[in-house]
Amino acid sequence: MAQQTVLYAKHLEAGAKVVDFHGWDMPLHYGSQIEEHHAVRQDAGMFDVSHMTIVDLKGTRTREFLRFLLANDVAKLTVPGKALYSGMLNEAGGVIDDLIVYFLTEDFFRLVVNSATREKDLAWINAQAKAFDVSVTERPEFAMIAVQGPNAKAKVATILTAEQQAAVAGMKPFFGVQAGDLFIATTGYTGEDGYEISVPEAQAADFWQQLLDAGVKPAGLGARDTLRLEAGMNLYGQDMDETVSPLAANMGWTIAWEPADRNFIGRAALEQQKAAGTAKLVGLVMEQKGVLRHGQRVVVEGGEGEITSGTFSPTLGYSIAMARVPASTGDTAEVDIRGKLVPVKVVKPSFVRMGKKVV
Amino acid sequence: MSNIPTELKYASSHEWLRSEGNGVYTVGITEHAQDLLGDMVFVELPEVGDSVAQGDDVAVAESVKAASDIYAPIAGEIVEVNTALTDSPELVNSAPYTDGWMFKIKASDESEVAGLLDAAGYKNAIDEE
Repeated sequence: MAQQTVLYAKHLEAGAKVVDFHGWDMPLHYGSQIEEHHAVRQDAGMFDVSHMTIVDLKGTRTREFLRFLLANDVAKLTVPGKALYSGMLNEAGGVIDDLIVYFLTEDFFRLVVNSATREKDLAWINAQAKAFDVSVTERPEFAMIAVQGPNAKAKVATILTAEQQAAVAGMKPFFGVQAGDLFIATTGYTGEDGYEISVPEAQAADFWQQLLDAGVKPAGLGARDTLRLEAGMNLYGQDMDETVSPLAANMGWTIAWEPADRNFIGRAALEQQKAAGTAKLVGLVMEQKGVLRHGQRVVVEGGEGEITSGTFSPTLGYSIAMARVPASTGDTAEVDIRGKLVPVKVVKPSFVRMGKKVV
Repeated sequence: MSNIPTELKYASSHEWLRSEGNGVYTVGITEHAQDLLGDMVFVELPEVGDSVAQGDDVAVAESVKAASDIYAPIAGEIVEVNTALTDSPELVNSAPYTDGWMFKIKASDESEVAGLLDAAGYKNAIDEE
């Protein structure tokens, strides 16, 4: 029996096609995933992301604990509310999960982790937290709604109180603030402006309805996947997992090597991987007909790789992908599509940002 | 509930077939099939003049979700393809039984048509999925 979010009835009301997503009944689309994609790029769309896991960490040694737990360095978080994206690695340098950490107060940080990895994440965090006397509390009583798109913030503003509007006024990207009953963060998974808003479950359906009435279009997992792929954002379990180094998953920028004396889980393994060299995650663009798909073989000079995520890009009108390939890969490659080798361009894995083509 | 017009014949692989007279049949995919595939992004059509056997994969429907082979429900010669799908593959989603048709085939053995499913038979087939 799959779990349902508190917004499940609202999805059915909106005509959602529901699919099982790692044990959750979630909307795939509400009719057309391409139209939902365009709504987010051109106006404002919203996603139910209540299945994601919020974990609060409290204790005087929380910062010290997170500097050990995460490959990125929470020492960078100096202003309350500031957020950071990081990998959480195992001793072998593999990615247990990718997450966002918010610095709220010196003894209170918040993590938002993936739903598919919830159990192993909690087990790992709890096991590591013991030595630091940090309490680990899941917050399942919150629903979460991501409102994304060029008009997302303006539409959300119409349903906020004056106090809440003041709390989010001028908020820079990658910040979170508690505003009344809402935790409002300037984060997202689409490459557009917008918010991710945590709302108490009892208020979530009304909040969703208010957003609908404000002209925000519901969007499903299908559009969420094409949007994040256009934005060049990784999907855990597909673009990386515990067997993949962050260095081979375009996550090198999230590893804080300095200060060199900071010991974090996976550091020793990462240093060896860095010295030995790893494969790399690149973007692929195919302007001719056809669609690049997960699992397709990529042939490059002197080696082979594999597409980790591939899709038709609704914004660009042709297919794009992320692929893990040998470090020596140049500007071109070929993809084995149903037995036929098709030439593709190799680019940085970022295709569309803020509604604009970047390849 | 999925729309299954009673005047058409069906293959269990989700193609529909409509007689246009003179042994020519129009072929497309059913509303149920387009619903399973999701938004269509490309349709690769056969060449006019191709000779095909019953069950040959003759076209490919690429949706946001997957690439799916489209099979010839009967043997014959491809006499026309729906070139409108090149620029507007979404017609397969919005009008699967009309503007979203894929190709026309001149049957080499019209008795094959009798072996296809009628609407009730196709409905049973998809109910069992």
